Amino acid sequence: MIHLNQVSFGYGKRNKLFENLDLHLEAGHIYGLLGKNGAGKSSLLRNMAGLLFPTSGRIEVAGFEPRKRQPAFLQDVFFLPEEIYLPSVTVDKYLSLMAPFYPKFDEQLFRAYIAELDIPQGNKLTGMSYGQKKKVLIAFALATNTRLLIMDEPTNGLDIPSKSQFRRLVSSALDKDRLILISTHQVRDLDNLIDAIIILEDSKILIKHSLDTISERLCFGTLPSIEYDNRVLYSEPSLRGYKAVFENSTQEESRVDLEHLFNAVIENPQRISQIFAY
Amino acid sequence: MEFKDKQAIYLQIADYICEQILLGKWPPGERIPSVRDLATMMEVNPNTVMRTYEFLQNKEIIFNKRGIGYSADDQANNKILAYRKERFLTTELPEVFKNLYLLDIGIQELHTLYQKFIEEMYPLTK
Repeated sequence: MIHLNQVSFGYGKRNKLFENLDLHLEAGHIYGLLGKNGAGKSSLLRNMAGLLFPTSGRIEVAGFEPRKRQPAFLQDVFFLPEEIYLPSVTVDKYLSLMAPFYPKFDEQLFRAYIAELDIPQGNKLTGMSYGQKKKVLIAFALATNTRLLIMDEPTNGLDIPSKSQFRRLVSSALDKDRLILISTHQVRDLDNLIDAIIILEDSKILIKHSLDTISERLCFGTLPSIEYDNRVLYSEPSLRGYKAVFENSTQEESRVDLEHLFNAVIENPQRISQIFAY
Repeated sequence: MEFKDKQAIYLQIADYICEQILLGKWPPGERIPSVRDLATMMEVNPNTVMRTYEFLQNKEIIFNKRGIGYSADDQANNKILAYRKERFLTTELPEVFKNLYLLDIGIQELHTLYQKFIEEMYPLTK
């Protein structure tokens, strides 16, 4: 559904954030976009949503070019930014202002989400805490039923019970025609929720694979020792030896640890690209 | 649901489903939760649960009736026991053997302990 061909982007001539990126994402999946601070995650998401324009190359989302910002495109995309600004109105007023832009908006669903997320109705949005505002927008975003839903750090500011509710709501909102793309630093918040991962670093995509493929090629577990074991890509000492990421030579399917995967990919980009080349 | 660290999530969900069937909570022929409902309940990606259902379908533990949904097979209990046994023998037993070897525990000693364990834990079935 999303196709990036040779896309470059930067703020100013010398400051290139990414160069000649190729990326293809399919509907029916929840993608997690990971990267260090300043790697360009938010800029990449904004390029896809038509909020920023590539300096060269072509982006296509659901058959549209985001930079043209055609109404037919905009009504089928929702972008939840990391920093949110809401007007000084009640939830109802906000709905009557914003929902008409999204023809597939489901008000009943929105009310159900609001109730589940414990958001007081009748209050003005500006009188709510940061976490509550964020929850209103998450509920709105999910209820728009847009084919593309992009969320930039959606779990920032959520309290502990809300993170679990967030996973439940997003899981129930996925269907085969919808693509959900979430960027985050809080990988634990997305555990088991995303089924594919994209890691952006140093103006390149280091990895873009389903977690199924990753657990076929890589093993996540504890090793008694890591010396002389050339399968190891990343390790850290633990009580029972070393928690490690290593090449999967035994066809064992382990649970992908996103934090360890991230570190393995950042430390050994070349070996990762060899392992995933075939 | 609380997931363990080591094993792939789709297999842990398979274990959960097998347990519900063995415990008689999901009797053969009756509809079990849909992929979507189970995914929401467990806060996991629906594609992961889909993989679990396909996996259990291949093992003929559950089956899919078009338009109705998934149910446990009539022979599900036997098939689950066979599948669990196979997995125990191939993945868990080697770990046990390794520890027995490292700790120098002989087969005779083990046999005695095993008998004692059965007598204490399951006196009625003996």
